Amino acid sequence: MRWRMRACVMAALAIWPAMQARAQGNGTDDGQWVMPAHDYASTRFSRLDQINRGNVGQLKIAFTFSTGLLKGHEAAPLVVGSTMYIVTPFPNYLYALDLNRPGAPLKWKYDPKPAAASQGVACCDVVNRGAAYANGRIFFNTLDDYTVAVDAETGAEVWRTKLGDINLGETMTMAPLVADGKVLVGNSGGEMGVRGWLTALDAGTGKIVWRAWSTGPDKDVLIGPDFKPYYAMDRGKDLGVKTWPPEAWKIGGGNVWGWISYDPELKLVYYGTGNPGPWNPDQRPGDNKWTAGIFARDVTTGQARWYYQFSPHDLFDHDGINEQILITMKVNGKPRKVLLRAERNGYFYVMDRVTGQVIAADPYGNVNASLGVDLKTGRLIPNPDKVTTQGKVVRGICPASPGMKDWNPAAFSPRTGLVYIPHMNLCMDYGAMEANYIAGTPYVGADVKMYAGPGGNRGVFTAWDPGARKAVWEIKEDLPLWSGALVTAGDVVFYGTMDGWFKALDATNGKLLWQFKAGSGIIGQPISYRAPDGKQHIAVLAGVGGWAGAVVAGGLDPRDPTAALGFAGATADLPGKTTGGGMLYDFVLP
Amino acid sequence: MILGLALLSGCDREAREVRGKPLPETAVAAQTSTLFPGGGSAGPEDPRAEMYAENAYHISEGGRLYRQMNCVGCHANGGGGMGPALMDDQWRYGGRMDQIVASIDQGRPNGMPSWRGKLTPTQMWQLAAYVRTLSANVPKDAAPSRNDTMSNIYPRTLAEPEPPSASDPAGAKGPAR
Repeated sequence: MRWRMRACVMAALAIWPAMQARAQGNGTDDGQWVMPAHDYASTRFSRLDQINRGNVGQLKIAFTFSTGLLKGHEAAPLVVGSTMYIVTPFPNYLYALDLNRPGAPLKWKYDPKPAAASQGVACCDVVNRGAAYANGRIFFNTLDDYTVAVDAETGAEVWRTKLGDINLGETMTMAPLVADGKVLVGNSGGEMGVRGWLTALDAGTGKIVWRAWSTGPDKDVLIGPDFKPYYAMDRGKDLGVKTWPPEAWKIGGGNVWGWISYDPELKLVYYGTGNPGPWNPDQRPGDNKWTAGIFARDVTTGQARWYYQFSPHDLFDHDGINEQILITMKVNGKPRKVLLRAERNGYFYVMDRVTGQVIAADPYGNVNASLGVDLKTGRLIPNPDKVTTQGKVVRGICPASPGMKDWNPAAFSPRTGLVYIPHMNLCMDYGAMEANYIAGTPYVGADVKMYAGPGGNRGVFTAWDPGARKAVWEIKEDLPLWSGALVTAGDVVFYGTMDGWFKALDATNGKLLWQFKAGSGIIGQPISYRAPDGKQHIAVLAGVGGWAGAVVAGGLDPRDPTAALGFAGATADLPGKTTGGGMLYDFVLP
Repeated sequence: MILGLALLSGCDREAREVRGKPLPETAVAAQTSTLFPGGGSAGPEDPRAEMYAENAYHISEGGRLYRQMNCVGCHANGGGGMGPALMDDQWRYGGRMDQIVASIDQGRPNGMPSWRGKLTPTQMWQLAAYVRTLSANVPKDAAPSRNDTMSNIYPRTLAEPEPPSASDPAGAKGPAR
């Protein structure tokens, strides 16, 4: 029965030709790049087409800019008017570059002076994933838990609001989203027993408007009469308390350190919640609501509309924080508002974003950690052979803790109808052990060792057709992919590798058209914009680090494969292939 | 003959001072710099170090604390993560027993918490003794050959020692974070 239903849906899924992803962003493409995902729908699609498949091979450096830092550079630069903005990893400088002048020299630098001690509670390098622009201000988060608003013209601080406490292990690394006059931000700390939240600040004053916790009683989670989850497993009173051992929800994770999308028509924001803590699953029997799932919330009040749990009682640190791409797609002949998610647990989800129904969930790589997603109940089907438990090392689990894909975002082109997913092919051995909660210290309880999955390549770049529910083409990469993707109306797709190659592929068939060797590995998010001279540019930050690159950025010793929470084993060769060093590269046609 | 051997082995039995040596009235904190204007050197090591450094019991207790107090969460099994690696020859604040204790007690400004008041001095010394086994700087008969828990790593007793960098005896070497 299930199979017949699946087949029927599969046959009926087809991309709606007039894909309206851009319409949900900030109107027509004005050549700016004002938020890391480019638009509210999180397409990372640029309508600029001067650079195309035919001429991308001639791309040349327009200018470069050194950030002066050696940690992981995960951020997307922003371009507003004739200024480019770069937010760096700790100490979270904000640089403004003048695009009107030759060489784009520094206009000003804003230094938020975060506490040095915050470096000790950031789980996986001291990264920052970017800033956001709205109404003359740049908004971003500091590692020591401040959200700041800076005047985009002068670099003067407008307001700064403290949102968390590093002595509880709380940090902030995500990029804010500005919607409905509010700055939406979340915390990190899923490896430190930090209780997750999403907070809305008034963009004008920095005052907190609402805060939605990811665990705890319904009133804390902002669950009220409007909450209508699609599946029975997500319904019930105070599940954020009842699906945990007593009090465990207070230190249970569910952090909001990834991406937020916004549908202005529905007035709903969408975002995922991180892993439950600790990693040792035996210490938290139950579904551990509302971790490792996705919320839809009313942007004005913060009240939850629906929720879906990707990984109930997560066994592998499969955070649910990845980006969601909002498009309209024909399903069974009818256009539906959907969201697309290349999820950490290895499945590519197509969900109805009005109701929270899972329309499709298909593996986009090697998955044996689970056996599939039951589309009737919505529930992930665990694989009994791969259930992690205390006192046992479970071997050969795929995907590993960083998942099939971690935070690094995919891009969607309405021209090809494909989703371009930079991701990984890693498996792991997982030894769970008892973790003690000591505030402000790691709350993990797992010895993890990761390595390349079947085939031996650690990275994959997949072009996924969400209508046909299959990969159209894929590129195998030796190292894990930790950079974001960008696709343009010139049908060129860009991404970077951890040994420093910045690549341009033909978006239709994956053919390599151009590549450039940066000074350090690339884990940043490429962007495309129109400069004041009218030319289309491509820009990306190099600077290896992040969880995957911690072995370089932190000077770790990969002889211990459990270093960097088990990632060092999988990237032991990286120190021999690249060195740190934050640098912005900007390209243009001659 | 057998009795003789048993007696001989008894002669060399590891000594453990259960009550610990009395603490000096004023303990001088270990120096962590190797720069002494006009010349000089770090003072002698705190005499308590000797009591813990190569003692199997204290090392074992240190290993237990290393996991229970979540040191393992940041420094992994010596390779590091949120905190620096402890199995190599790089010591930002010194690799001597008393210097390691000073780092645990005082904390360090770039993210090492201060454990003063959370651990007793004895526990800090035990931890320091265990930390030195991660770089295999402890005789193999004193270091544990395996972890107390299920583990994904090779025993450190199989590793080659990584003495603190020879040109820098106090070992305060390596890039400041």
